[in-house]
Amino acid sequence: MPTVHFTDAEGEVRDVQGNPGDSVMETAVRNGVPGIVAECGGSLSCATCHVFVREDCLSKLPPMEDMEDEMLYGTAVDREDNSRLSCQLRLTDELDLFVTTPETQV
Amino acid sequence: MGTHTAEQPAPVAAGTGTTAVPTRTGLLIIGASQSGVQLAVSLRALGFDEHITLLGDEDHRPYQRPALSKEFLQGTVESESLIFRSNEYWAEHNVDLVKGEYIVRIDRDADGSGVAHASSGRQFPFKRLALTVGARARKLEIDGGDLDGVLYLRNADDALALKARVGDAKDVVVIGGGFIGLEAASSLQKMGKNVTVLEFGPRLVGRAVGEETAEYFLQAHRARGLDIRLNTSAARFRAASAEGDKQTSVAGVELQDGTVLPAQIVLVGIGVIPNTQLAEQLGLTVDNGIVVDRFALASDGTTVAIGDCANMPNPVPGSEPGERIRLESVNNAIEHAKVAAYSLTGRREEYAGIPWFWSNQADLKLQIAGLCNGYDRTVLRRDEERGKFSVLYYRQGQVIAADCVNAPLDFMAVKNALAKGRNIPADAAADPATLLKTITTDS
Repeated sequence: MPTVHFTDAEGEVRDVQGNPGDSVMETAVRNGVPGIVAECGGSLSCATCHVFVREDCLSKLPPMEDMEDEMLYGTAVDREDNSRLSCQLRLTDELDLFVTTPETQV
Repeated sequence: MGTHTAEQPAPVAAGTGTTAVPTRTGLLIIGASQSGVQLAVSLRALGFDEHITLLGDEDHRPYQRPALSKEFLQGTVESESLIFRSNEYWAEHNVDLVKGEYIVRIDRDADGSGVAHASSGRQFPFKRLALTVGARARKLEIDGGDLDGVLYLRNADDALALKARVGDAKDVVVIGGGFIGLEAASSLQKMGKNVTVLEFGPRLVGRAVGEETAEYFLQAHRARGLDIRLNTSAARFRAASAEGDKQTSVAGVELQDGTVLPAQIVLVGIGVIPNTQLAEQLGLTVDNGIVVDRFALASDGTTVAIGDCANMPNPVPGSEPGERIRLESVNNAIEHAKVAAYSLTGRREEYAGIPWFWSNQADLKLQIAGLCNGYDRTVLRRDEERGKFSVLYYRQGQVIAADCVNAPLDFMAVKNALAKGRNIPADAAADPATLLKTITTDS
């Protein structure tokens, strides 16, 4: 089963198992992971599911489309090179993903 | 709030059975809606430790509504992914989920506690009450309104009913050129249906956006093949004419001028009415929704009412004192729930953030920041080549809102400026090549 390891801004880690095909955002929200707000439910409208992806995991992820790229310029905590919107990241069978959530999303 | 472990009922599986002697819940949230869910979640985040019952009248676990007119209707997301929280989450957080119970009456004691009575006869005693009861679709009361195939789109069952009929339908008439109508019309058109939109008024989307945005959507949808008729209303719905047996399914829409449009589905989206029946029965002040103060408290000073059903002081900085507003949006459901969660835990925190809205129609992604009412100037930013369009609204030189189509950078810049009390000078904003973020100023 795919697993996402969420580290929050204080360093606390939550390991959450998800279903292939679900997004990282959905996996977080359904299990109540703090640090992911996701107001728009994944329709790429709000930029409140921002995560920082651990560098060695970046290549496992699909490339970013323009809309996600533009939305990332409006996140509450400024984007970094490893920033993604977690609603755009789909879990795959073998995925073992490490992400850090920002201090705030709004 | 103290600790109340002695009063916490044993966890009961969501929506099952009845209890002989119902135990009293710490907080009864009526309405398993976006705001109801957020209230429970925010309360737990704030350390509220009393038992919570989250009760809804639908047979579904609490779910997200926005996709019903879009991804869910088109079949690109499954119903499971609309579910807000896993069952485990609710169990771990001592929240009982009660499905399929419709509250018809509430008895109240002087201290604010009471008992809610469901139509099934089940009773729900509570210490404190939250109304997150939302709104219901406004019905179109014309001849033929009760024919099969005349549908509304407010909840999951509505969406399922629509989906069930879509396969056999060729022609759809959507009544109402607001967000829900245009989203559904775009979805149905994408699914191969012949869609006509009837709008009673002279422009699309009513008061939610300004003239320029309404006109942009009109042109954009027409260019995409949607038949939109303004200043047009239905006179009656017609059933198929048949020899002998009575027809119960809709077959057409007759317009005021006598024209008949074929329609195997009519989808009506003409707005909503806030659900205030329980509030009225409780004697709470009601006026276009349940009237609440800045802390989401109703007129009895103890019931909280939030989201679509609540009429609150306008939370936008700079709004007229005494001005009230009822907002129908996901963002408001969430932010208002946070205010209520503070109230219920003895804190007084005012509404934070700038109202924002979104609507996805075909490839048009509209994001709205702020509220444009009272504007005295607009600035248009248009990039035809990249399909971007924004309107910024100003009042006395201060930016107050923006409608942005496929322009998330503009949306984010305005939303952030509003949240920080900053401005984007109008004269500098007109050039679409200028990044708004770079011209934002401190006053």
